[in-house]
Amino acid sequence: MSSPTVYTLKENKSEFIQGLKDGFPIGLGYFAVAFSLGVVAKDAGLSPFQGFLASVLCSASAGEYVAFTLIAANASYLEVAIATFVANARYMLMSCALSQKASPEMPFRHRPLSAMYITDELFGISVARKGHFNPYYHYGGSLTAVPLWAIGTALGVIAGNILPLSVVSALSVALYGMFMAVFIPPAKKDKIIAVLVVISFALSFAASQLPVISEIAEGTRTIILTVIIAGAAALLFPRKDEKEAENDG
Amino acid sequence: MDKNIYIYILIMGVVSYLIRALPMTLLRKPIENNFIKSFLYYVPYVTLAVMTFPAIINATQSPISGVLALIVGIITSALGFNLIKVAVSCCAVVFIAELIII
Repeated sequence: MSSPTVYTLKENKSEFIQGLKDGFPIGLGYFAVAFSLGVVAKDAGLSPFQGFLASVLCSASAGEYVAFTLIAANASYLEVAIATFVANARYMLMSCALSQKASPEMPFRHRPLSAMYITDELFGISVARKGHFNPYYHYGGSLTAVPLWAIGTALGVIAGNILPLSVVSALSVALYGMFMAVFIPPAKKDKIIAVLVVISFALSFAASQLPVISEIAEGTRTIILTVIIAGAAALLFPRKDEKEAENDG
Repeated sequence: MDKNIYIYILIMGVVSYLIRALPMTLLRKPIENNFIKSFLYYVPYVTLAVMTFPAIINATQSPISGVLALIVGIITSALGFNLIKVAVSCCAVVFIAELIII
């Protein structure tokens, strides 16, 4: 039941288990990415435990990557704080979106708790779920994905490039496969979303090639493009739901 | 000047958490503004699409296997495969393609 009226684990067991399952391919992708992140962490002087801790606390590939490179350069604490903020700013948008999906009946404690692991992928699967936001589904996803992310980071610190390149290469697309499973089905149903996907691909590609713009960090480019494209779409194609129609009439 | 790694990690963790927790805890009433509602509705699809391409092509050893993963991902998603099946299909096509190409 993805639209819970009772907020206990007992009532939401099937959603929790579904979350654990859906978290697995995410964790698989995380593991491969985290492994390479661990190599960067090692260069920054982090121990395997510190790499693990950073990943458990941050769960942000771009954010951690930027911070580790700054730590390696002995940057100030303030610089690390600002870089972390910029690299992770897109999570603010995702948190806003998720807050709107939460039922007014959801007990408050689930808000600060589930916010901890609003990552690109866990957000993606939670927001794509039908009905109200189910925190237990999100917890399930976090419980399989985040440990794999953290263990992957620690192993990366320890072992560097031990996995064969062919395996790392294959695992690295798991994340994107998962993204596609989130945005392709709605694009099939809704022409506006389909057009937005094509435009997003095109502009994202252009931004990665154009001089000056391609110099901007990937995480920052993502937030800029998201704001521009989703903003334009909201202006040109505002959504009308039943409530709005009633208010208008 | 030596700095403490644990303080660095603490700063990273606190900043990352606040970014995620503030909107989720402060926005407790439904937003009424239709522009903002529409904007937030489109955000996840746009942001995931932006992050997928061209990153998927640069993630693999060869751009060809990345393109194949993109095509397979779109087809399997459109056919209604679940998250795991789409992800595994993408991984498999890259692994097989690179056995042949590389």
